[in-house]
Amino acid sequence: MGIELQNITKKFTGYTALDNISLNVASGELVALLGPSGCGKTTLLRIIAGLELPDSGKIILEQKDTTNLPPRKKNVGFVFQHYALFRRLTVFENVAFGLKVLPMRERPSRSAIQERVEHLLKLVQMDWAIKRYPSQLSGGQRQRVALARALAVNPKVLLLDEPFSALDAKVRQELRRWLRKLHDEIHVTSIFVTHDQEEALELADRIVVINKGRIEQQGTPQEVYDHPVNAFVYNFLGNVNVFHGRIKNGKVTLGTHHVDAPDELKHTEERASQAFVRPHEIGISRIRSAETDLAGTIQEVRIMGGQIGLNLACEGFEHPIDAEIQRELYLNLQLAKGEKVFVSLNRVRVFTSDYEI
Amino acid sequence: MLKQPTPESAPIIKKRISDPLPVQMALIGLTLLFFITFIFLPLGLVFAQAFSKGWEYYLESIREPYALEAVKLTLTTVAIVVPLNALFGVTAAWAITKFNFRGKAALKTLLDLPFAVSPVIAGLIFVLLVGSRTPFGSWLGEQGIKIIFSTPGIVIATLFVTFPFVARELIPLMEAQGRDEEEAALTLGARGWQIFGKITLPNIRWGLLYGMILCSARSIGEFGAVSVVSGHIRGQTNTIPLHVEILYSEYNFAASFSVASILVFLALLTVGVKVTLEKQFQKNSFHH
Repeated sequence: MGIELQNITKKFTGYTALDNISLNVASGELVALLGPSGCGKTTLLRIIAGLELPDSGKIILEQKDTTNLPPRKKNVGFVFQHYALFRRLTVFENVAFGLKVLPMRERPSRSAIQERVEHLLKLVQMDWAIKRYPSQLSGGQRQRVALARALAVNPKVLLLDEPFSALDAKVRQELRRWLRKLHDEIHVTSIFVTHDQEEALELADRIVVINKGRIEQQGTPQEVYDHPVNAFVYNFLGNVNVFHGRIKNGKVTLGTHHVDAPDELKHTEERASQAFVRPHEIGISRIRSAETDLAGTIQEVRIMGGQIGLNLACEGFEHPIDAEIQRELYLNLQLAKGEKVFVSLNRVRVFTSDYEI
Repeated sequence: MLKQPTPESAPIIKKRISDPLPVQMALIGLTLLFFITFIFLPLGLVFAQAFSKGWEYYLESIREPYALEAVKLTLTTVAIVVPLNALFGVTAAWAITKFNFRGKAALKTLLDLPFAVSPVIAGLIFVLLVGSRTPFGSWLGEQGIKIIFSTPGIVIATLFVTFPFVARELIPLMEAQGRDEEEAALTLGARGWQIFGKITLPNIRWGLLYGMILCSARSIGEFGAVSVVSGHIRGQTNTIPLHVEILYSEYNFAASFSVASILVFLALLTVGVKVTLEKQFQKNSFHH
């Protein structure tokens, strides 16, 4: 096992950042800690690195209890949100830093350091910038150098704290794919923190959803996305339409409509429920194809590139419903603001817990 | 990182901020008048007085043994005070910006105390603390240690008066830089002294030097606090400013101003170093 966290708790004055968190990460795995800001995910990462101490619990890295070790003995690579490159040092000196501060007898020779730094900079495609200073590089380039610097000390574990959040959208996406590829090559056990569900879904082998200092759910991106265990996870993993209603006799009320309750809630007593539908799982057509279709009017059209966002006022629903459809369909149906359409709600998810959203 | 103004936006700003010509002239004129009255004229007069009895008298006045002793004492004081206050300033700035502890805000405010208190009172505090009539002072006297009316007293009083300079300079700088780089170094296996030597010190070096320059300037010129603890013993406890004052009160104007001109030269030197450093500092913070 690469990383074992046992019952980690951390309290700051006034609130609990981490509430009894236990988590295992297999060797070579790439795990995403996903959650809203302030949920404790960064604190957890800093605790693993030794930059903070937990109030209680154990951190075991590669079978070794490292809970009370100082950061320098943990052998952990850390990549910061704002790069944290050493501004007075060149790219070469930055990457070589971790090797040059080793005690004399462990320190590689000058030529070995040179070789390792060059190798790492090639790996992150930054070998051309070896003599530059951080201020002469773009954000994406700096973060690659930061990654090379973290890898230089051969860390047992690589920790990345929102590594792409300070970059613009295009670079972020590029770097994300590149990191996934890099991880497939070097296989270092990695945890990255993010609040961006797309990033977690695309990049991670496994996603751990955290909220208010607790783990809500963990699993592969597919599992978490397709089978969210509660309303929070469902809501956090993408855009949603929420319908507040009641469950009664195996049926859920959605406005004036009813749909079948999910199996596990078929025989529950009457209670409040929340039903969710993702905007891209809403069907739009010009003709009524099923009894349950809703009649609606397009109130607003948003062009979002390949997707078109529709804001629909539906009969029997208090709040408008958001839908996203392909551009093709939008053009074929000749939709426009004020047009009447039929709306089908596919894949309605129902939860009974009382999550505040 | 500073944002450079784009070339397109520059002329717009220029247009907007330019005031009517008469206003500009009036403001520039006032500034010049002030400079002439309060800086150029007095400085000129210092030299005029210093040379009023000719070159030879000038050289004699500054080569006279008491004057040389005063210069020596002043430079000794600066040589002790500036490194100590640099050390203290870095320590205080480090503690205030990198750690969280109770009373941090109060400490930050108290740092300004030496600026707020009149230097005379600062001197008197030390007389009351370690003067020969206090129990502690008489005990020290029995051990053969003399503080008031001797060099240690002058050093201590100067230390007190100048201790905020370095810390004041470093705190905002270190606050802006944050702890990220130190934390990165920590995760890369560096020890405390390596982090300080390789990361922190290079990042603050210009600010530190600048603070030390200000500290030197004030140490050289300090009069009030030093005057109280010195006892004005010629050739022993007279710093340059005190020597100037003694000569002046003896109506020996030419000699007084000759020695004062040494202070002017030292001041010009520190200002010169300061300007050079400021340019370096700006260039550096612009690049990084």
